Amino acid sequence: MPQKKMTAGLMALILSAALPLSHGAPAQTVTSPTPTRRAVLINMVREDCGSCHGSRLTGGLGPALTPRALKGKNPVSLKDTILFGRPNTPMPPWNPFMSDTEATWIVNQLMKGFPHAQ
Amino acid sequence: MRSNLFVILFALFALQGCATQPLRGTGDLGVVVERASGKLQIVDTTTRAILGKVSGLGDLSHATVVFSRDQRYAYVFGRDGGLTKVDILRRRIVKRVLQSGNSIGGAISQDGRLIAAANYTPGGVKFFRSDTLAPVADIPAIGADGKRSKVVGLVSAPGDRFVFSLYNAGEIWTADMKDPAHPVIHKFTGVGKEPYDGIITPNGRYYLAGLFGEDGMALLDLWHLPNGVKRILNGYGKGSRRLPVYKMPHLEGWGFYGRYAFVPAVGHHEVLVINTDTWRQAGVIPTYGQPVFVVGQPYSRHIWVDFAFPDNDAIQVIDAPTRRIIRTLKPGKGVLFLEFTPRGGNVWVSARDSNKLVVYDTDTFQRLTELPSHKPSGIFFTPRAYKLGW
Repeated sequence: MPQKKMTAGLMALILSAALPLSHGAPAQTVTSPTPTRRAVLINMVREDCGSCHGSRLTGGLGPALTPRALKGKNPVSLKDTILFGRPNTPMPPWNPFMSDTEATWIVNQLMKGFPHAQ
Repeated sequence: MRSNLFVILFALFALQGCATQPLRGTGDLGVVVERASGKLQIVDTTTRAILGKVSGLGDLSHATVVFSRDQRYAYVFGRDGGLTKVDILRRRIVKRVLQSGNSIGGAISQDGRLIAAANYTPGGVKFFRSDTLAPVADIPAIGADGKRSKVVGLVSAPGDRFVFSLYNAGEIWTADMKDPAHPVIHKFTGVGKEPYDGIITPNGRYYLAGLFGEDGMALLDLWHLPNGVKRILNGYGKGSRRLPVYKMPHLEGWGFYGRYAFVPAVGHHEVLVINTDTWRQAGVIPTYGQPVFVVGQPYSRHIWVDFAFPDNDAIQVIDAPTRRIIRTLKPGKGVLFLEFTPRGGNVWVSARDSNKLVVYDTDTFQRLTELPSHKPSGIFFTPRAYKLGW
């Protein structure tokens, strides 16, 4: 239990550290992942993220991730939520499975309307 | 003129085709959810074949299915709040209603007359006539905190009752629907943080809700409601770090061996063993990944387990008496679901990211066949019609 709390505290620290930097920053323009990686990421978002957020990303146990739902949200804090999870919620950290630039790419796609698998 | 003749001839043949469809039962049929395309595959577990598809079912992420008492109709609960009644024999939609904005599943009453749908948005349970899908009752899930809550773990229970959990409010409710116009509701508050799913024991006595927000489970004795909800398995993960959870476990079917029940541990690579006489933890079995489904093979000492991302490429078989893993099978990528043929001889497995179904002989663990399926998730065979809970 104490260990769980510590992890949550650490997460909060990471998140709060990341926030001031990102305040009001536009979505970073990054090099797009390779087509192969893109296919993996699209499948991961639609299917694995989809188990909580819905495969159409309209929400479920987790909130909706549609352009409308994400409108006005800070892209960098969204990216950090993907990478580090959100303490005291079921949202897990996805950083073991993707890079910082890939998470940014996902956020950009989500905000535009996420692509479908080929 | 000539083409018209062809059309007429074709129509005649098509009609004749309908008329001469051979008589058959539905006891060896089932449905497979193709979640990405909003379709159901109708499958035959005797010939191990796909008979056809039914499309137009909407958003089928996390879709579940229950069956009419006569095993002819499948009721499909879609993510988009769609409730669809499908004729398994004719392979077509009989009726479809959009009953909510976001749904998680449902159940059919003991008498088969009511369909109950558990909803996230708006949080609550809605009831429909199973014949016409006409709405009959609505129970908004407003917790003791005054807020609307997402509903999970809805099961049917003896006496035309339903039991379900309020995810946000941390409550368990029972609803007696004998008179659908006047539901009798019992509410149990403060059962634990974030119940994620619920299940009823095969004898119809206990409702067990798994908790996501803390290590433990909530137990309700339906024979003794005034005794309230008991917390069990408190702090089962003590001593081992809880890992991030990439897929919520499910409580579906039971892994039972004698007095012992086998359930997934949340955030641990473990299956928990519970003594159902005392409802205390009686053991723990280390597994390949975090368990999602832990299901007992009918008429067997074996319990089958599949796993959450990123370990969702395998299935393990536990020998219940010795509590040892006796097999690790690799059906494909993105293994989501497993369903046994009614007498337990075969198990059908969906490998979502390999776009296929794999059928195993449960005795020899040999692959019997593989069938193509587009992003398959849930597999539901019609004998579920005779089991309470679904």
